[in-house]
Amino acid sequence: MIRPVPFGALMGALAALVMLLFAISLLTGPAEIGTIDSLTALLSGEESATGIVMREIRLPRAILGLMIGATLGLSGAALQGYLRNPLAEPGLLGVSGAAALGAVLALYTGLSVLFPLALPLMALLGAILATLILQSLAGLRGGALTLILAGVAVSSLAGALTSLVLNLSPNPFAAVEIVFWLLGSLADRSMEHLALAAPFMLAGWAMLLPLGRALDALTLGEDAARTMGVQVARVRLLAVLGTAASVGAATAVAGAIGFVGLIVPHVMRPLVGAQPSRLLPASALAGAALLLAADIAVRLIAPDRDLKLGVLTALVGAPFFLWLVFRTRRTLL
Amino acid sequence: MVRAGLIALCLGLCAPAWADDPAPQRVVSINLCTDQLAMQLARPGQLLSVSRIARDPVSSAMAEEARGYPINTGRAEDVFLLAPDLVLAGQFTDPATVNLLRRLGIRVEQIPIARSLDDVRDTTRQMGRWLGTEDAAEDAIAALDATIAAIRQPETRPRMALHYANSYTSGAGSLPNAILTVAGFDNIGAELGLGSLSRLPLELLVTSHPDIVLQGQVYDPPARAQEIQRHPAVREAALRREHLRDATWVCGTPLVQDAIRALAALREPAE
Repeated sequence: MIRPVPFGALMGALAALVMLLFAISLLTGPAEIGTIDSLTALLSGEESATGIVMREIRLPRAILGLMIGATLGLSGAALQGYLRNPLAEPGLLGVSGAAALGAVLALYTGLSVLFPLALPLMALLGAILATLILQSLAGLRGGALTLILAGVAVSSLAGALTSLVLNLSPNPFAAVEIVFWLLGSLADRSMEHLALAAPFMLAGWAMLLPLGRALDALTLGEDAARTMGVQVARVRLLAVLGTAASVGAATAVAGAIGFVGLIVPHVMRPLVGAQPSRLLPASALAGAALLLAADIAVRLIAPDRDLKLGVLTALVGAPFFLWLVFRTRRTLL
Repeated sequence: MVRAGLIALCLGLCAPAWADDPAPQRVVSINLCTDQLAMQLARPGQLLSVSRIARDPVSSAMAEEARGYPINTGRAEDVFLLAPDLVLAGQFTDPATVNLLRRLGIRVEQIPIARSLDDVRDTTRQMGRWLGTEDAAEDAIAALDATIAAIRQPETRPRMALHYANSYTSGAGSLPNAILTVAGFDNIGAELGLGSLSRLPLELLVTSHPDIVLQGQVYDPPARAQEIQRHPAVREAALRREHLRDATWVCGTPLVQDAIRALAALREPAE
């Protein structure tokens, strides 16, 4: 049994870890630039090649890694708390997959060229639809098994439709990009992608982070929460919209990255004493650290291959998921 | 069962027609590059059909000419029904199709991917021999060689970076490398020691200071692969960007002379 650690110390340690990984991410790349050179080029705003590499290529990648990781960790923790289900996670439940489908529709029809905001908006729409389908299939009180089965249905349908749209595209590159949308990558993302996705992710965080208290109360059951003054309908609206906005925007620029939202809350839960109001911010920071680390790893393992992020997160996440099912199967099934 | 029956039937009936007559009379091409070589070299009436993609102006340098030929899907079924005595395919044509056609007793010849201008000459001669039109092949090669001889080689060679969709580039040992070299450029991909088809990360593109970035074709509707060509880092680095239609040099036929001329013309303002 892991003992809870002081919350302040935990958050401080996680923040320091995120900052360290953020700096390593900025220093990792094929162009061999010294540490001092790259940091001066980043801060001085010079127009040299080094400056451009740092500001236009590595900085957006590092910021997106941080924000998307935080989004996945936070939304995983919020979904697990709100659905009161330890297996809930945007990737497993098909929310990311449906967001990717929305983004694919916006991008490959040319809609996002005419109207750039169509990309995150369509992804958000896909994520909302998936959440609503899940809810109507599994219900708030549906067992863990029902929810996971509904998630399998939604994510395989979304994956199939994504592949179909890309296969039917007349663009010769589209079919190859199925891998990106199903597994996710941060390679060569630009400040334009960041500008497109960041507002939606921030809005999602703003909806999810204040849910802590209500989720604390919900651990006692819905009726108990009501007597404590929690407006369950409002919590549901915020959880669904917040997840959809932040995961939708993250997926729109980086593809569907699975398992981060599953692993992170489970690792953090014993450390924060299983209290959702503390789990949410801790999971956001830990998610950012995990995704930054994964994104550094893909660049070190296969520098010239554009290894997809989802490959790494699944290699760690899928065995973890199995272990989780094994450990909790008696209470679940 | 049906396939086994068809093969048994064919073993009896489809004696290879080419065994007696050296020049095949019913030629079907199922590959974009053999389509173009055959259209350049075949005698009138000799080439029965070309692949669908030969008519696509995006991929084919001879889309107009291809309209004069019936198209095939490149699948064994409709190729077999044309009763060809020679099928032309590429080295990487689906082996299932090639093997099935061969089992049905049809002669299939495959051309390799051209990696140099000598490969282009060899393949063109080979195609001339297969079609029995060796003279046409020699004429086409002579036209290519005349183009190369007419290019003035500069004293200082501008450095060109090839930057295709998904950040791919062509290094040493590739046809694009050979073409831009005879057009008077140095290839950054070869300079960086990259292989014939490798990734040129955006960071290295920016830090290698090319004089010209030659980008691949922009297809419509958009795909993620092409976003890289509009990446702000490429704009900020103020690199000179040019485009060349993929169709002009995707196939190693004597028509790459058009690509050589087009690239040499880009050099004038760069010098």
